[in-house]
Amino acid sequence: MAEAHAAPLLSLRGLTRRFGGLTAVDGIDLDLAKGGLVSIIGPNGAGKTTLFNLVTGLDRPDAGEVRFEGQDITGLSPERLAAQGIARTFQLGRVFGNLSVMDNVLIGAHTRLRAVKPAVPVIGPLLELGLALLRPSSVKAEEERLREEVKIILARFGERLLPRIDQPAYSLSYANRRRVEIARALALEPRLLLLDEPTAGMNPSETAEMQGLVAELKAEGLTILLIEHKLEMVMRLSDRVLVMDEGKKIAEGPGEEVRSDPKVIEAYLGHGLSGTAEQESAA
Amino acid sequence: MSSWLDYTINGLIVGNVYALVAVGLALIFGVSRLINFAQGSIYLVGAYIGWVAVVQLHTPLPLTIIFVAVVAALVGLIIERFGLRPLQNSVRIAPLLATIGISFVLDQLVMLTFSPNPRALPSQLPDVRFQVGGGTIGPLDLLIAGVGISSALLLFVFLRYSKLGWAVRAASQDRDAAMQMGVDVNRVNQAVFGIAAALGGVSGLLVGMYYNQIDTAMSLQATLKGVVAEVVGGAGNVPGAVVGSLLLGLVESYGVAVFGTSYRNLFAFLLLVVVLVLRPNGLFASARQAPPEPLTGTFIAPSRPVRIPRWVLLVAVAAFAVLPLLPVSFYVLQTLINAWLLGMLALSLTLVAGTIGQVSLGHAALLAIGAYTSALLSLTLSVPVGLAIIVGGLMSAALGTILISPSFRLRGHYVSIATLAIGEIVSLVILNWESVTRGPIGISGIPPLSLFGYDLISPTSVYWFSFAVMVVLALLQARLLSSHLGRSFRAIRDDDIAARAYGISLNRYKSLAFIFGGFAAGVSGGIAAHLYSYINHETFNTQQSILALTVVILGGLGNVVGAIVGAVALVGLPEVFRIAAEYRILIYGIVLLLLVRFRPQGLLGTI
Repeated sequence: MAEAHAAPLLSLRGLTRRFGGLTAVDGIDLDLAKGGLVSIIGPNGAGKTTLFNLVTGLDRPDAGEVRFEGQDITGLSPERLAAQGIARTFQLGRVFGNLSVMDNVLIGAHTRLRAVKPAVPVIGPLLELGLALLRPSSVKAEEERLREEVKIILARFGERLLPRIDQPAYSLSYANRRRVEIARALALEPRLLLLDEPTAGMNPSETAEMQGLVAELKAEGLTILLIEHKLEMVMRLSDRVLVMDEGKKIAEGPGEEVRSDPKVIEAYLGHGLSGTAEQESAA
Repeated sequence: MSSWLDYTINGLIVGNVYALVAVGLALIFGVSRLINFAQGSIYLVGAYIGWVAVVQLHTPLPLTIIFVAVVAALVGLIIERFGLRPLQNSVRIAPLLATIGISFVLDQLVMLTFSPNPRALPSQLPDVRFQVGGGTIGPLDLLIAGVGISSALLLFVFLRYSKLGWAVRAASQDRDAAMQMGVDVNRVNQAVFGIAAALGGVSGLLVGMYYNQIDTAMSLQATLKGVVAEVVGGAGNVPGAVVGSLLLGLVESYGVAVFGTSYRNLFAFLLLVVVLVLRPNGLFASARQAPPEPLTGTFIAPSRPVRIPRWVLLVAVAAFAVLPLLPVSFYVLQTLINAWLLGMLALSLTLVAGTIGQVSLGHAALLAIGAYTSALLSLTLSVPVGLAIIVGGLMSAALGTILISPSFRLRGHYVSIATLAIGEIVSLVILNWESVTRGPIGISGIPPLSLFGYDLISPTSVYWFSFAVMVVLALLQARLLSSHLGRSFRAIRDDDIAARAYGISLNRYKSLAFIFGGFAAGVSGGIAAHLYSYINHETFNTQQSILALTVVILGGLGNVVGAIVGAVALVGLPEVFRIAAEYRILIYGIVLLLLVRFRPQGLLGTI
């Protein structure tokens, strides 16, 4: 843990994104140690998902920087960031509807393809096309290995996904689509995993299942940045909690500390969540 | 100096006409995020209705204009009610395909009613020219300017002060919010289509009078010009569409002044490609807009492909392979040869439009590149025909991919516009690059198909050759689809943002899809060239691109077997039923419309 404190895996400095007159993300600083789990909470429209987009390259910041393992990765394309080991899930769910569960998760392993994607400049893409058509044994073996791995990842979800492995994703239930997204992210073998409301739209037992999975991933040493509205889950899992409101960081610290912060209560009060927070602390 | 003023006036007048088309497109795009490919057909209808009014009914000019506007508006309302409203909750590709189908049906109906020969459309105005500075201006110029300005004013008043106009603006800002506030979106759509069609129809009338000539080829040109102007101004932006139109008119007029008339369209399409590459949101959009909201729903219709047992495919291939040994007529073989050639093109398009979701409307350009390369190599450098065809395929793959690459950063309907424009550019370059392509004369005396020194002249040998090439291409494509590239392509089609987030580079994989697809199309074009022995810049036209698209939708997007089944069906069935040639395109258009409405996943299902 000592080294982790010395060099955080992910660090954000003064990250800012404006849309016209609105500052969606306003000077956010954040350090995430290797193996840590930080949750970002805040009312709807606080800028949490925009922050995720900035970290994963889907959007570019107007100011500030993103460092990953000490390297400046600000404004890199999402493709390059994925190759560096950053995986994310999406708030509204973005599975590939017409692809089977297997293919969806295999796409997650895309950045790990080696045999079929030789790192040769210029003619690399043509070699890739040739290798995909010729399929020498190294390519076949790689594909087989990844398929086996996908089954192991899917087994984490018990009997939820394995029996549906060949079904197109559009035919899955909402909760199962969220699970496919997480499986896809895991197939990338991420060094940093960003989960955007993984339990949105799930019932209590499904939420508990998801919470168990995230705890398991954390225990395995995965570094996680989590956006979540369900405070109980946030309090149980997080090393630290960052609270955003109107783009700004209004509090950061251990869960219990943040929860009793008057600024946080005020930000949530207008949204009628302070009651929920009290109930949960009582429980 | 004086001629420059003339060119400026001419540019502004033509720009005014484009504005009438482009404003309609912008209104429709604003409300329904749809690029209406049928807009040019309404313009065509307007021109011919005007001809009926002027030449047969002898109506006075004001009445002609009103008559045209009313009839065109009715056509617009019919399109909205029966063509598009049923597709409201459909996949995103559906309304796009529907407007393409409607456009073909309307054009063909006009052609069947009035014959494809050009007609004169007299302007009904005195033929005098007024001296203005160093240039001249005629009453028709003034009329066009007047109609343009007064329509803009009327539209402004309507949008600004009428209740329905408010609803239109509200719906174009935020359709869902407008619906929740009780705006009747169907009425808004009706209003918008009615207005757009009236403007488009009047525009067709004025252009017909301006050139004193109307013909059925006007339709596609008008759609293209209107779309160029609209996109240059920023899709959905009504004032932007007006400025874009004037700019387009001026660029064309000056281009013609410097380089000559045959370059007119080239400038329009180059302007489009430049704007799409540099400022895909148009000249007047703010530099960086908020990223698009996550798109819900899929681009293509979700479906499960029909599983065809391997033995059925083997039996079918064997049956078609031994067919020439049976007592069948040359006519049957000839028909099937055409089907195999179309099948190769459909394989290419089903990969590009179906598997990776880039609905290309300029696919015939890939045929043309392959055909010209192969024809010229064998004719001027005496390259063996078999080798020339392969080189033609490679040239199509390389050149096609490079040409299409500016569209890689575009999405959805914009890809279709860009590919349509790029297809037109290829055909215009072939027309104008006389030192290489022999320009409008075309290439004749292309050597027949041959393989290893043996000429393939008998229908039987040509049949076997083209069938074998198609089967090989289909097997290669099936292999491609089952590799990691197949799933990567499909991932890009289903959700390009999620695909990028997982390391799939859009440029790399779209290039690979076009390289592979370009090769198949180029080979098809090459074989066709040696079969026809004569080609020119019109041999491979937009009609073929649309026919291939219909085949692909019929078979099921991305479906390899479907592409071939579709090709055999669309080439074969009209022969079986002995449908006259001039009705075929009409039937293809109707087939496309019915498919989009009732079986969007095609016969064998999307993959």
